[in-house]
Amino acid sequence: MASDRIDVRHVAKLARLALTESEVLRYGSQLAGLLTFVDELRGLDTEHVGATAQVVESRNVTRPDVVGPCLSREDALAGAPQAQNGFFRVPKIIAAAE
Amino acid sequence: MISERSSVPPADAAAKYEAVIGIECHVELKTASKMFCGCPNAFGGEPNTQVCPVCLALPGALPVPNAAAIEHMIRAGLAFDCAIPAFSKFDRKNYFYPDMPKDYQISQYDMPLTQGGVVRYWLADGTLRECRLTRIHLEEDTGKSTHAGSGDGRIAGSTYSLVDFNRAGVPLMECVSDPDIRSADEAVAFLDALKRTFVQLGISDVKMEEGSLRCDANVSLRLRGAAEYGTKTEIKNMNSFRSVHRAIQSEIERQTGLLERGERIIQETRGWDEAGGVTHSMRSKEKAHDYRYFPDPDLVPMEIDAATVERVRAALPELPIARYERYVDAYKLSVAQATQLVDNASLAEYFDRAVDSAKSPAGVLNFVLGDLSRLANESGIEVAHSKVTPEALAELVALTDAKTINSKVAKDVLVRLWNDGGSAKAIVQADGLAQVSDPAAVGAFVDAALAANPKSVADFAAGKENALKFLIGQVMKASRGTANPALVETVLRDRMR
Amino acid sequence: MSADDLLFTSGARAIARSVNRRERSAADIAEAVRVALPERDRDLGAYLTLTPDLMRQHARRVDERIAAGETLPLAGVPVAIKDNMCLRGTRTTCGSKMLENWIAPYTATAVGRLLAAGALPIGKTNMDEFAMGSSCENSALRTTRNPYDFDRVPGGSSGGSAAAVGAELATLALGSDTGGSIREPAAFCNVVGFKPTYGRVSRYGLIAFASSLDQIGPFARTVEDAALAYDAIAGYDPLDATSLNAPNEPTADALRTDLRGMRVGIVKEFGTADLGPAIHAAYAQAYADLAALGAELVEVELPTAKYGLATYYLIAPAECSSNLARFDGVRYGLRVDGADVGEMYEKTRAAGFGDEVKRRILIGTYALSSGYYDAYYVKAQKARTAIADDFKRAFARCDLIASPAASTPAFTFNAKSDPVAMYLMDYYTIPVSLAGLPALSVPCGAVVPEDGTRPMPLGLQLAAPLFSERLLLGAAHAYERATQHALKLPRPQIAKAP
Ligand SMILES: [Mg+2]
Ligand SMILES: [Zn+2]
Repeated sequence: MASDRIDVRHVAKLARLALTESEVLRYGSQLAGLLTFVDELRGLDTEHVGATAQVVESRNVTRPDVVGPCLSREDALAGAPQAQNGFFRVPKIIAAAE
Repeated sequence: MISERSSVPPADAAAKYEAVIGIECHVELKTASKMFCGCPNAFGGEPNTQVCPVCLALPGALPVPNAAAIEHMIRAGLAFDCAIPAFSKFDRKNYFYPDMPKDYQISQYDMPLTQGGVVRYWLADGTLRECRLTRIHLEEDTGKSTHAGSGDGRIAGSTYSLVDFNRAGVPLMECVSDPDIRSADEAVAFLDALKRTFVQLGISDVKMEEGSLRCDANVSLRLRGAAEYGTKTEIKNMNSFRSVHRAIQSEIERQTGLLERGERIIQETRGWDEAGGVTHSMRSKEKAHDYRYFPDPDLVPMEIDAATVERVRAALPELPIARYERYVDAYKLSVAQATQLVDNASLAEYFDRAVDSAKSPAGVLNFVLGDLSRLANESGIEVAHSKVTPEALAELVALTDAKTINSKVAKDVLVRLWNDGGSAKAIVQADGLAQVSDPAAVGAFVDAALAANPKSVADFAAGKENALKFLIGQVMKASRGTANPALVETVLRDRMR
Repeated sequence: MSADDLLFTSGARAIARSVNRRERSAADIAEAVRVALPERDRDLGAYLTLTPDLMRQHARRVDERIAAGETLPLAGVPVAIKDNMCLRGTRTTCGSKMLENWIAPYTATAVGRLLAAGALPIGKTNMDEFAMGSSCENSALRTTRNPYDFDRVPGGSSGGSAAAVGAELATLALGSDTGGSIREPAAFCNVVGFKPTYGRVSRYGLIAFASSLDQIGPFARTVEDAALAYDAIAGYDPLDATSLNAPNEPTADALRTDLRGMRVGIVKEFGTADLGPAIHAAYAQAYADLAALGAELVEVELPTAKYGLATYYLIAPAECSSNLARFDGVRYGLRVDGADVGEMYEKTRAAGFGDEVKRRILIGTYALSSGYYDAYYVKAQKARTAIADDFKRAFARCDLIASPAASTPAFTFNAKSDPVAMYLMDYYTIPVSLAGLPALSVPCGAVVPEDGTRPMPLGLQLAAPLFSERLLLGAAHAYERATQHALKLPRPQIAKAP
């Protein structure tokens, strides 16, 4: 591990990013630097402050339960790296991979 | 995979332990369109024909929640006395899987649409039970993967998979129960209660065979009387109520065996093997999930005000448990009869309307579960959609109960109502089908029969009892079934003495 | 100057007027642009994809509609579109190898509205990969140069759009701004760049970087043209649950010529003394010009603004780590095969994403992960509230806030190798983004950088309270009209020196 602040290998696994050894080292030190940078937030007292997930204050934005148009199957599959019989084809799934 | 076949432990061992079971089930909501886009929410369909930029998670596409799905959730919550919090939101549950288009699922984490609640249900012997709910939350379904190359369509040994996203984005509610269930029978009765309630509310079809209800069970054992829970396992892959029952039963037996042998239960996920009748360990690379839930920034929160809750509550139909209790307590129906009616909501409504006019639950029940159900089965027409109105049936019951017509005539009248509709009273009157119990009138039919059948009269005199039966038949025929059969026999014996 | 040159230097309003009056046809404009563009863009590198056929089709439609009696606000106006917005049938790359060959099967709402208003799509412009960057150097597909000095960056992430408008290769352009990605490149390229209030312009079809911050906005060579473009694209969209369902008053008719009665806040914490004497003097002059137009200058405080960068560099990566999960090689885009799905994911994402994108995915994944969520993500959300509250307090004392749009003028390629040094470029724009406020950058002078020989433009950022687009654009117009800084620089460069 390049840094004791962040287990880059573990985080990369969660993010599904293959990293080379040198990337683990490089990102490790860069991310540790970034974490030090964001640590300045500790200086801000937020004890009585609510969390903002969204600046828009609207509520209950919904759509009516009405059927609209779909993509044609050709359009749906047009970008597929691999398709077969109208399905998207993927390499074998390891059971309980997640 | 480790498969352990468990032998059934001896009865005293089984009596020593108490099972503690919690159910988690996913139920697809019945809406016209999907949860976050306008694609149809329809089962079947050629693969990848019910998809759009949103449910395929094309770059740039955004979700917008389906108002009907949210209202369905409030209905479900109110049916089980859940709290409907004033504030609720959608979160992202992050994990990678090929049938999960965005590689996160829009779900609800710490602020679900409903919290708490209780499911009241009954067992086959009429025992009433309660199971508390932890929550019911709203999320979206995934697509479906077909595993190829393994020969049997299973994931194990497959060499590639094919993904269809038609189901991706179908609204899904996840119901999580507290561990209040104590047996496989209770688990199935609990699921039955969920199912009949959701069907009654019109919020789901609950078709396990189409995958619109999928459930997992957490099972642990503890010594009877113990307060703390034992180590639990989570059973997956059960695809019918029957397999839920078998799987839980088999897991209870497996755990009992382990405990009796002094072995430890390992906390793990176990799959149900329908063919083998056992659960098997699914811990391949069991690792703690880190779903990185966070509020979905593409969506805004929901605020459900009290007025909305009350509007939805006011529109709720009578719920199955209330109906069941009314039938058993007020109408004195048996558990089986009440269950049969409650499980057929349209028949139950029909029954209620007929009882309302006839005031004779027993009489109505006879027809509804007897001849009417038979006619319905034979014709494929639901009783509620037949030509026999509940009011006509009520008349028929009143005529029968008052002995104005006998049971044979009643059956004939019912068939005529079934075929042609109309009023039972009118048919009985127009055709003179009222039972004839006037001795003079019956005597006239008898005299005619005796005159027409001298040989039978002689046979009877010679001691042949069968001749009497023949003569009764002749009288009934001549009276078109209206003659009071008991009176016919009395008069016949009297005349031939 | 040839007729074609006139076309490229004309403003949107002038072009639309002449097309609406049938003085020239949209088809002729499309043809002139089609012929001239490839050569003009060869060295500048603003575009990733040109769409001559689509431009022609749209021109034909515009001419038909005008023949049928319609008047279109952007009739025949050639526009450039940042390559993170979907345009049906057109390659949409986000500046990434991941989407290098992806053809969008649908059109973004903002793009659709721009075209429906009569605009002609020239093509898709270069950008920092997935809009992550402040120089356009993070594009995996092309280098875009600053039209005022080819050795310098155009800014980012909407660098291609800014350069195209700055170099007169487009009359208008759409960009997207998450932490400054419209305002900073606008400042670098001597153009007006406008980020509306979060939610004013639909994000449907904008490939997400950080959903709670992303906002589409226009680039133009004048405030008036920016207002015209904004009026065409703004407004509620039922396909975007975060788009504002509020009446949208046109801004182009609210432009004004003075700032009398207006209080302009100068932020105590946004002092410019550290930016060097030349830049300091330029902003002092800009503030003085605002006062000369009748504005009352008031000092306001944003004590939490200094936490803006730290807050932003947690929230934006957290959202992006989730938004970019979908690039997994299953449904579209790049795939690198693997023995199983998991390996395919890891290899695909390793090959498809560049360095900066990976860094942000990693830090965002970390900030959301078990054990760190409260300390980082939730803490940043709270800081965001504090920053937004600071702006509310400040706006009780002023109508607009003025500040630099970027920390420096355009820098040379590879000058910022340290990620944090690059992040500092957006020091003034990021707090505004976190609060969701409308803001723009308008040219406010030029300085010759220490390491350069040519004067490079500077931008003045004006920010306004939520939904105050009319006020903001009106004031910016007054400032622009009085100062005319954009016109004081020499003509932009469009080809390398021979
Ligand atoms: Mg779930
Ligand atoms: Zn869809």
